[in-house]
Amino acid sequence: MLKTVIPFGPQHPVLPEPLHLKLLVEEDVITEAIPALGFVHRGLEMLANIRDFHQVIQVVERVCGICSMIHAMCYCQSIEALMEIEVPPRAKFLRTIWSELHRMHSHLLWLGLFADSFGFESLFMQLWKIREKVLDLNEATTGNRIIVSVNVIGGVRRDLNPEQISWMLAELAAVELEINRLGSTLLTDYTVKKRTAGKGVITKDKAFEFGLVGPTLRASGVCQDMRMLGYAAFDQLDFEPVVETEGDCYARSKVRFREVLQSIDLIRQALSRIAQSEIRTKVKGRPEGETVCRVEQPRGELLYYIKANGTKNLERLRIRTPTFANIPALLVILPGMWLSDVPVVVLSIDPCISCTER
Amino acid sequence: MRDEVISVSPDNLVGSVAILKVEGYRFVTLSCMQGAENTLVVLYHFDKNLVLKHLRVNTPADCALPSITPVYFAAFLVENEIQDLFGLHFSGLAVDYERTLYLEEEDVRVTPFCEYTVAKTPNDKAKMLPASADLRSTGGS
Repeated sequence: MLKTVIPFGPQHPVLPEPLHLKLLVEEDVITEAIPALGFVHRGLEMLANIRDFHQVIQVVERVCGICSMIHAMCYCQSIEALMEIEVPPRAKFLRTIWSELHRMHSHLLWLGLFADSFGFESLFMQLWKIREKVLDLNEATTGNRIIVSVNVIGGVRRDLNPEQISWMLAELAAVELEINRLGSTLLTDYTVKKRTAGKGVITKDKAFEFGLVGPTLRASGVCQDMRMLGYAAFDQLDFEPVVETEGDCYARSKVRFREVLQSIDLIRQALSRIAQSEIRTKVKGRPEGETVCRVEQPRGELLYYIKANGTKNLERLRIRTPTFANIPALLVILPGMWLSDVPVVVLSIDPCISCTER
Repeated sequence: MRDEVISVSPDNLVGSVAILKVEGYRFVTLSCMQGAENTLVVLYHFDKNLVLKHLRVNTPADCALPSITPVYFAAFLVENEIQDLFGLHFSGLAVDYERTLYLEEEDVRVTPFCEYTVAKTPNDKAKMLPASADLRSTGGS
């Protein structure tokens, strides 16, 4: 049988970022898939070693625009653990609120792109229209739409006043209404199901064995979410991970859709229970020792390993992003699949190459 | 670190990892850093029920470390990354990019995340040490 090699990416209509896959194909069926990286590697881990540890916040915020706030939060939590800094309770709630807003706009971005990957343009536009409201919330409360830059070591830069809280609650109600209106289309439409159900199935055992994370893992029936660790104010909120069991592209989109609604609920809880306190602790000294910190990004588990030696520069900053953990599974799920399903399946892990390469 | 850290030798590495897999640990990732006197330190991170366990391996920079991909296939990506960035060679790697995961052949920085040398001309490149050689003894640039 004649084998054909088809290069998929790094520039491809369905890919928002440059991932290259070398696909070996026999009669339109994939027999082997090898990913290639290195198109956007920026050496940010190395840059972190030559910047003051306070400045590294601005570095890690640029690992990924879509989840910049969560990168900064994870970094700050790591340094706070090393320096034994007690973050004020109100700052913990504010971090929780902004991180969930990031999850919402990231998932809405992905849901739109996913709809676009199988040609559902109107759904794509409607989802991104809703996302604009979430970005407006970011802008009104932090001054920026994406890279919000609210985290500092020891707390946050900005607070919310009662008027902003009331306005946020009203906006979230409007967002929730619009998301629910789209839910019936996204979850029950014939076209959506036809293109996603049963595609790119990863069983529970395989998901665990390949070290998958985030919605990709939870869509395969594994109940694991780093928010269960109770970082920031998650230990004071009612939280249960969203889990689906089918393990296919449809299940992955269901998990993300339900997590958008869950984030609204978590923000409401946080706004109603937010503590009254300072928002920032004064920081003295320099970090020393080594630590590992994990948080839940929209795409899954984010890990920061930091080694510090008591100077203003870190000895080592290591970042393991969720897409890095999810890419190996593509080598196993793509073989045997029709070429026409590749864009949908690749997008279903929500690949962020900016994160992956750093 | 607050989590459990176990020091293992390179010879016992794959066996220790296999035991963790049998015990139900999920592979998380590897972290590599420079150690003392031409050594590299590799931390292997594993998770079970949201609790981390780490294996710490000290290895000479010019010695190959056994790959754990026969146990956890997903480790191939991070092992290739470490090969690119630190020049540490992994033997028995399931999918080996031979140090071109990130690096281009014509733009070789031998070990970008350690003290490194840069090959600027074909002659320099010909003189360049192989990935398994003691790279840091050549001096930084």
